Amino acid sequence: MRVTFTVNGRRETADDVWEGESLLYVLRERVGLPGSKNACEQGECGSCTVYLDGTPVCACLVAAGQVEGREVRTVEGLADGDRLDPVQEAFVECGAVQCGFCTPGLVVQAHDLIERVAEPSDAEIREALAGNLCRCTGYEKILDAVRLAAARKAAS
Amino acid sequence: MDFLRPTTWAEALAAKADRPEAVPIQGGTDVMVELNFDLHRPAALLDLNQVAELAEWTSEEDGRLRVGAGVPYVRLIAELGNRLPGLAQAARTVGSPQIRNRGTVGGNLGAASPAGDSHPPLLAGDAVIEVESAARGVRMIPAAEFYVGVKRSALEPDELIRAFRMSPATGPQYFSKVGTRNAMVIAVCSFAIALHPAERRVGTGIGSAAPTPRRALAAEEFLAAELDWDARLDPAVLARFGELAAEAASPIDDVRGTADYRRHAIGVMARRTLTWAWNEFRSGHFERRAG
Repeated sequence: MRVTFTVNGRRETADDVWEGESLLYVLRERVGLPGSKNACEQGECGSCTVYLDGTPVCACLVAAGQVEGREVRTVEGLADGDRLDPVQEAFVECGAVQCGFCTPGLVVQAHDLIERVAEPSDAEIREALAGNLCRCTGYEKILDAVRLAAARKAAS
Repeated sequence: MDFLRPTTWAEALAAKADRPEAVPIQGGTDVMVELNFDLHRPAALLDLNQVAELAEWTSEEDGRLRVGAGVPYVRLIAELGNRLPGLAQAARTVGSPQIRNRGTVGGNLGAASPAGDSHPPLLAGDAVIEVESAARGVRMIPAAEFYVGVKRSALEPDELIRAFRMSPATGPQYFSKVGTRNAMVIAVCSFAIALHPAERRVGTGIGSAAPTPRRALAAEEFLAAELDWDARLDPAVLARFGELAAEAASPIDDVRGTADYRRHAIGVMARRTLTWAWNEFRSGHFERRAG
């Protein structure tokens, strides 16, 4: 089947999509956006987190056909040209990236948190990131990065 | 495989009548796992995301809430948390924020897993499941009759789940769940309680400790007979309630826990949730909160 949707502001059409295929597969294999990572394929790890109509979801659990006509924003769509999003900058500055596999999902999920909650408490940050696994276990620096990004956003 | 995309409820019912083997998909948090792991390859997927009426909830004339099968957990918590506190507590324990943004009670009912988090509070709160087919119209199925076997429900192949109906809480409600961490946990076992003070009755629901979610009927009957609603909770009554709740379970040994552990934990959670609910009831907090 054919699926047409908007991704990072651009209209995309994918052809020959298998009906049981996930949005994640379409993003990575059909429209050339490999930023969202394919790890658990069962919603456990959060590595494939993307915005669907403004709401963070696991792209592996969205059927490709369900995004017809809808709007997707991936980690590739957060930066403004060469200028990183403040969440991305904070991850770099805080050393919140080890192997990097969980990073795209964490960045999108953290981006959503600080959009919704101006000054999140540690409990709110932990709750927001509860579905994103970092198997390098670099959580302390990830928390630092989210705190830094939130503080900068609140100050600006 | 076919991908069916009805845009109205009538179209969805017609599609299900035409293709009873089609698997409905809403949030995809169960269905897509099966597809990703090639555990199940249905002849067709019936996408219900475009059926707008499924994502709405209303207050009915009889005072009950009618909550569309497509209302995601995140909205249930935000919009109905005060009126359906037991279900909202259970919803907060589902998966992660990403899962709660997509997952629905309708999907939980459709999967009918004994471990589904919605089921115990639906049972404790006397929920009724509204299902419909193009051929026979609407059927109202009490939650206690909806679950018929492991991952099997009373739903007929040509029927779809439209909504669940449930009265706003008239007394404290609590949900408790055992797992290895707070997030991303499939229940080892779970327990829900709902106080119905006007009827001097307590509702219960057991999760993940029997082939289906089920009420602890003997424990409910015991409380209806023995609970003094104007007094502090009698420790002997509390202990017996826990025993009867544990006896109502018929768990199995599996990777998440042993049958013995589950039976024990159901008794502990029954005592805990009744204590929490009773303390809230006696303190008057519930009335003040419900305002």
